[in-house]
Amino acid sequence: MTPAEILEALTEVRDPEIPVLNIVEMGIVRDVRLEGDTVHVDITPTYTGCPAMRTIEAAIVQTLQARGFQQVVVHKVFREPWTTDWMTDEAREKLRAYGIAPPPPRADEAPELIPLPFSVARGPAVPCPFCGSEQTRQTSAFGATACKALFFCEACQQPFEYFKAI
Amino acid sequence: MNLETLDDALRPALFEYLLRLGDDALILGHRLSEWCGHGPYLEEDIALANLALDCLGHAEALLTLAGEVEGQGRTADDLAFLRDAYDFRNVQLVELPRGDFAFTIVRQFLYATYACLLYKALQQSAFEPLAGIAAKAHKEMQYHLRHSSEWMRCLGDGTEESHRRAQSALDELWMYTGELFEVDDTLRTLTEARIAPDMATLQPKWREQVETVLREATLTVPEDPPYMATGGRHGHHTEHLGHLLAEMQFLQRAYPGAQW
Repeated sequence: MTPAEILEALTEVRDPEIPVLNIVEMGIVRDVRLEGDTVHVDITPTYTGCPAMRTIEAAIVQTLQARGFQQVVVHKVFREPWTTDWMTDEAREKLRAYGIAPPPPRADEAPELIPLPFSVARGPAVPCPFCGSEQTRQTSAFGATACKALFFCEACQQPFEYFKAI
Repeated sequence: MNLETLDDALRPALFEYLLRLGDDALILGHRLSEWCGHGPYLEEDIALANLALDCLGHAEALLTLAGEVEGQGRTADDLAFLRDAYDFRNVQLVELPRGDFAFTIVRQFLYATYACLLYKALQQSAFEPLAGIAAKAHKEMQYHLRHSSEWMRCLGDGTEESHRRAQSALDELWMYTGELFEVDDTLRTLTEARIAPDMATLQPKWREQVETVLREATLTVPEDPPYMATGGRHGHHTEHLGHLLAEMQFLQRAYPGAQW
């Protein structure tokens, strides 16, 4: 198998918290190398404390062992830090269809999150994944997982999750 | 430089420094996690648990690296669960009991302002693995800073009661902030090697940012006390750390190597 084929095999590994996405389209897999009989896979955490990373590591090993690789080594790399900009357009659309508002591309010169009043520091409107309305408001900057925030749509009166742009 | 090219003469100081960074994150993360199920309302409960998780993530990365630098085969878990209080290198600020919600928020704000400045500077560290962790942690700490700054304004410029509690927490915590910027031989060695930033340049920035938010929050900047708490970086802690460790380490101490 070539590294490209291994990468293709890794599209079977899903994010356990967001099962509509695989780890390749999320941009978590940074590199695949073959050295003799050993496959090295570099992955980068979406958030340092994300508990899904352990599950993902185990799933990578399991998936590649099922393809006949006995030696699979997963390396956690922090540089460059993961950004939602690495998520493919296809992945964003899958998120939206799943009911999670996808992260917008980060502005090239996104201002640092400095301690200004929240109304000023807040980014562009987040469209509702259900009805598309921009009449939405954040109910909490933190959600059920480290990567998401909670929003509410005033138009269709639905609460929804938003994948934070980082 | 990286783990392979690291000068052996720098190892002891770098190990010590990584413990300081990792222990700050670990102990603060544990204090934040104590709010789980006790937050003032559901969204805030979730927020504090998220902040705790970030801190534990930073601690795991930093303590893993500390173990690698030490070279004795100790893992992040060994360092977190099998050291006693006098081997911990966190500042006393993070070990104080969580107090009321205002106390937790004020501490979080003072610490997050410091951590954002520190991690930003550490991205330029000559020790690449640390620069990598700092880049990641900086992104996450900005959320902590935004969250706690918002709350500072809500509490300070809120009701009479919330203002009183926030001011009282601030007055109580102020004497624990000096330790964040202390410089000793360990730090001087690493600053010289361009691994750690010069704390003297960070302190005025910290002070300016803190004062800006305090003003908006209608809170009064405390006067510098005659005595600033010190000692955490060298293993001298308040009585509270021992109690925290007794709970945090119980399982690994009672059932060594237990996993689930």
